[in-house]
Amino acid sequence: MARTTKKPATRTQRPTARATRAPRRRPSRRVVVLVATRKGAWLFHGDAARRTWRVDGPHFLGHIINHVVLDPRDGRTLLAATKTGHLGPTIFRSTDLGRTWKEAARPPAFTKAPDGEKGRVVDHTFWLTPCHANEPNAWYAGTSPQGLFRSNDGGVTWDPFSVINDDPQYQTWMGSVQDGTPDGPKLHSIIVDPRDPAHLYMAMSGGGVHESVDRGRTFAPIVKGMEVVEGFDPATIAFHDPHCVRLCPSNPDRLYQQNHCGIYRIDRPSNEWTRIGRNMPTQVGDIGFPMVVHPRDADTVWVFPMDGTTVWPRTSPEGKPAAYVTRNGGKSWHRLDSGLPKSQAWWTVKRQAMTADAHDPVGLYLGTTSGELWMSRDEGDRWGCIARNLPEIYAVEVAELR
Amino acid sequence: MKVLIPGPLLSYTKKKEVEADGATITELLADLDRQYPGFRFRVIDEQNRMRPHVRFFVNGEQLFEMTHPLRPTDELQIVQALSGG
Repeated sequence: MARTTKKPATRTQRPTARATRAPRRRPSRRVVVLVATRKGAWLFHGDAARRTWRVDGPHFLGHIINHVVLDPRDGRTLLAATKTGHLGPTIFRSTDLGRTWKEAARPPAFTKAPDGEKGRVVDHTFWLTPCHANEPNAWYAGTSPQGLFRSNDGGVTWDPFSVINDDPQYQTWMGSVQDGTPDGPKLHSIIVDPRDPAHLYMAMSGGGVHESVDRGRTFAPIVKGMEVVEGFDPATIAFHDPHCVRLCPSNPDRLYQQNHCGIYRIDRPSNEWTRIGRNMPTQVGDIGFPMVVHPRDADTVWVFPMDGTTVWPRTSPEGKPAAYVTRNGGKSWHRLDSGLPKSQAWWTVKRQAMTADAHDPVGLYLGTTSGELWMSRDEGDRWGCIARNLPEIYAVEVAELR
Repeated sequence: MKVLIPGPLLSYTKKKEVEADGATITELLADLDRQYPGFRFRVIDEQNRMRPHVRFFVNGEQLFEMTHPLRPTDELQIVQALSGG
């Protein structure tokens, strides 16, 4: 049996936490917005002021694209997690910003089960995370159903990573396909501590939030303080459904989480999450998919609430979409809807479809289930639409070009 | 053996009809993957099962077993099954 433990992992050495608010900088590099949709991928190239956008796409028209990520270590390698309605999942790689793509020689796939046993099958790769800055060409991938994979050659070949894919305890926590989200249970929010490549976090829907301090050899759950659907036991890891977990770049000991049951913050080394979403307006609630952290201020995060009442419409509450920001670590929240539709807008922003750049002021980007790409140049004070009539947007990433 | 290729796989073969060898579906797909790297995993999963929206017909008869014997004179048609909108 694989080495796992139910106790939260502890680190023997923890670098001193950095200041909550890091010094501001004023980058002027051009950005590219990477939009992954149900029917292909699009790249939107912005000018330095982020006012005009050049569309490049579609790439992979008709393919289901769950994530497109630019490697921040070389500034030019793109990975795209793809499948089609008919064909199995794969990864495509570009080293020229999408002018040409080449398929992975060995995409993420579970280990072949012994004869007579029913092994698991990767339905799609859902999440891509570049490894630590000191591990060039290394990537992690999270799949549906829940699996963790690693590539050490820039995404060309992938192997099952860590023991969790085949661990009986983790299998129990992952649950069955019926326990997962409508389009499949997922492993997501793969996070590498910028101070320590052996310190990882990942989350599963369902299956909770987990930490590794030995580069993924073992993981342990961190779910204390997290709530589950009423009537269920929060001590059962399988009942936990973190939608999106983010680590603060300016304070890697602080993480925020948008969960199926609220918004949370944790300050390590504590192992207990605090439900900061209790401070959201009652009529809006604290249910949603995405979580966005400020690149330099660990007290500032943005969320995009959705309707999680009754039958879970998963639309903007009352058809009035808005982001919410806290600038004090979750003590209070402020509505940001200027420029967004005032009524009759029934879309959702999925967990990978909202992000921030590193400019000052920070630019925010979000993609909707109705195929609109929105952007704010002033940290959410005013929103403008970059593109309409795209397919349903699954993921939005933004990267600075060198 | 003649193999008829459906639209979603033309990005690999670049043509609708190719030649491949094999005494079974397993062997034939191994040959196709040698000629067109990546082809096999798009139609057969890591547990060696046919993917849900891909079908195999030999001389008009649907096959369900990867070990089904093939003859050099057979014609294999790979079909994309319904997969939603």
